[in-house]
Amino acid sequence: MRLTVNGTPVEVDAPPMKRLLDVLREDCSLTGTKEGCGEGECGACTVLVDGVAVASCLVPFAQAAGASITTIEGLGGNHPLQVAFMREVGAQCGICTPGMIMAALPLGPKPSLAKVKDALAGNLCRCTGYEAIYRAIRSAWGEQAPT
Amino acid sequence: MTAVGQSVARKEGLGKATGEAKYADDLTFPGTLHGRTIRSTVAHARITGVRLDFDPAGFTVVDHRDIPGSNHIALIEHDQPCLAAGEVRHVAEPILLLAHEDREALRGATVHVDYEPLPVVTDPEASPTTFKEILIEKGSLDKGFAKAEVLVEGTYRTGSQEHVYLEPNGVIAVPEAGGIALYGSLQCPFYVLKALKPVLGAAVANVRVVQTETGGGFGGKEEYPSVIAAHACLLALKSGRPVKIVYDREEDMWATTKRHPCVVRHRTGLTRDGRLVAMDVDVVMDGGAYCTLSPVVLSRGVIHAAGPYRCANTRIRGRATMTHTPPNGAFRGFGAPQTQFAMEVHMDRVAERLGVDPVKLRLKNALKPGDTTATGQKLGDDTSAVAVLRAAVKKSGYNRKRVSLKGTGAGIGLALFYHGSGFTGSGEVMLASTVALETTATGARILVANTEIGQGTRTMLAQIVADALGVPYEQVEVAQPDTSKVPDSGPTVASRTCMVVGGLLEKCAIAMRARLGGMSPSAWHANRGPLRLEQRYEAAATRQWDDATYRGDAYATFAWGCDVAEVSVDPVTYAARVVKFTAVQEFGRPIHPAMARGQIEGGSAQGIGWALMEHVVLKDGAMHNAQLTNYIIPTTLDTPPMDVIMLENPFGGGPFGAKGLGELPIDGPAPAIVNAIRHAGLDVRSIPALPEVLHASPPLDPPPPARAG
Ligand code: FES
Ligand code: FES
Repeated sequence: MRLTVNGTPVEVDAPPMKRLLDVLREDCSLTGTKEGCGEGECGACTVLVDGVAVASCLVPFAQAAGASITTIEGLGGNHPLQVAFMREVGAQCGICTPGMIMAALPLGPKPSLAKVKDALAGNLCRCTGYEAIYRAIRSAWGEQAPT
Repeated sequence: MTAVGQSVARKEGLGKATGEAKYADDLTFPGTLHGRTIRSTVAHARITGVRLDFDPAGFTVVDHRDIPGSNHIALIEHDQPCLAAGEVRHVAEPILLLAHEDREALRGATVHVDYEPLPVVTDPEASPTTFKEILIEKGSLDKGFAKAEVLVEGTYRTGSQEHVYLEPNGVIAVPEAGGIALYGSLQCPFYVLKALKPVLGAAVANVRVVQTETGGGFGGKEEYPSVIAAHACLLALKSGRPVKIVYDREEDMWATTKRHPCVVRHRTGLTRDGRLVAMDVDVVMDGGAYCTLSPVVLSRGVIHAAGPYRCANTRIRGRATMTHTPPNGAFRGFGAPQTQFAMEVHMDRVAERLGVDPVKLRLKNALKPGDTTATGQKLGDDTSAVAVLRAAVKKSGYNRKRVSLKGTGAGIGLALFYHGSGFTGSGEVMLASTVALETTATGARILVANTEIGQGTRTMLAQIVADALGVPYEQVEVAQPDTSKVPDSGPTVASRTCMVVGGLLEKCAIAMRARLGGMSPSAWHANRGPLRLEQRYEAAATRQWDDATYRGDAYATFAWGCDVAEVSVDPVTYAARVVKFTAVQEFGRPIHPAMARGQIEGGSAQGIGWALMEHVVLKDGAMHNAQLTNYIIPTTLDTPPMDVIMLENPFGGGPFGAKGLGELPIDGPAPAIVNAIRHAGLDVRSIPALPEVLHASPPLDPPPPARAG
């Protein structure tokens, strides 16, 4: 089956019901996408499918056929969100971080606090109490947006 | 520029934000098998038969007879088997292990176990088996009560709590020349090593434990990893191949340790003007089926049970008992959140009875330098109860809102609390931790067994060493914890890593600096070869503790906090919600202010969850809601805006004035919230304060007098 992962077309041979999460982690060796619950509740497995943030543990591989997938590895490593998450300590243990960043990515620069909270409502973090995550996202592109 | 006190770039670099950081499940070794645990489905029974309902070809199967050494998980007592042999004492107890290279095949294998039921104990207060009993006595209770003009009694209950570290437990056991290497998500590499040795016995000459990047612990990866590690090693030993066991969320919630449920009874005598003259406290904790760490959780719980208050006549009795439920274990706060919840909710009831403002009552009784705690520990200048209380009242607008929120269905409440830094009593002396520091081509390397689990260990220890050694922070690196390479610097628990381990590293760095005689570590390394120094913990001659009588200096120092919660209660659904949270905490001095703030915000959020929503539903001795769908932890929509104030009061016994911080923030939120609910007009004495609990709570009528102070 063909799909595009982080801009590169790839051909993957995996069972159609295999979770996209496992396809990415095992068949594509992209282990930056994490599993926190496997039931769509924690958001650690969030990736972008055609630009939309989804929980990859709920997506069967067959459904991703032909789609364009972006994972945390696709951000290059020096993305403003990645830098801001470390600087503001939005990542403590870090296991929720790739999913948080992917969920925040579609928000674009300088989102309002209410928008951030909404966008991340499906992403759990047990370490930070979310405050530092807000600080990271809202300061990622320079100045903070007004509340 | 010095590093301590600055929010320097973290040692983990960008790895956690780029997906490069490798957690246990991200590691692969050629030929790896997946492991699975077959567990009991009944609370207490004799096993009368085990039948494999699948074709065993391609499977590795391990039961208790395959254990080459001794069938126990070494901890305080050796009562917990590695694999059940004949009897199970709780639901989810491991009986059999399977491994296969194909996960689907592994999942499809069914095992049938026959049981002969045995009597089940689920009520900790009625349990005939006690793991530990502790008595703390100060002054004379009879004399105290004789002086009392007002008597207030109350019973308070706290529920269990699941850690929900976002990365479930996971390990990989890898056979290697001469032994086994165990890689895993864990807090205490040497605890795991000490547990593996007796299980594997002479069959494995060399065992080493390596911590992989760890996705949260909160105590949940203090003692439990010994169990999963032993299982993976047994499968690896039998199959001769690497074996990975990673629990899914449901298994992790169903089978692993949780916070001890607790019942606390208070009987308190006061003078009419609000002075505490007698405190009688009774604590019962539910240990679960095996002892694990219950005696020490109880110990910290009872020592903190009288709160940060002065009272000449105090008796605290505590016991941890056995029930047929999965063992309870370490969880951030380690017993102190439970007992301080009771104390602080009780204090607001006392204030109400006396008709005084809760702040005034606390100010009158709060511990000050020169006072003694319940164990008789004399406090010094590192005591900040009054300072944090005053700052919290001011910052939160408590007095004003106490009046303005009255009768609106909303409320404001506070809690004053403290938390002992490091191991209790003589714990650190017995641990005798050792740290090491060595020169490298580019600077210096820290060698400790303490783990980074999100709290920033690597960064914070490197800051301390950089300044003590007089080198730039960038030149200090931290070795990955591997028991074959680093000394045993003790577990990463008890808010001890910064104060105790950081303190040892500071000493070590000072000694190295003297040896280098003005040369930089890298120059020494290039010209004179590698230099490695060790530093071992030495007992402070001034600290006295008697384990038999529970008298003396329980902790090297205490950190102090006052939390204020503003809560609204929905008049229809009875759901309580924290709308604003203020945390004022004094923990000596922050080494890395941004990370310290993160500890306070994160710990507060966990406390808010424990107070209002996290409900472990036990049914027939097992967690009935072992899913994140119905065990709810705070999301972005449940956590309030937080105001965090870090007061400084440098502690001479810690590195650069630092005390312990990790656990303090979880002591305060629950009582502050329940006191706010009380202010809103409902008499709640147990948590989680779910809507049904609020609904069933007697309204306070007439509402408590609003007297601002
Ligand atoms: S792992 Fe997909 S939502 Fe939790
Ligand atoms: S940083 Fe640990 S779960 Fe978010």
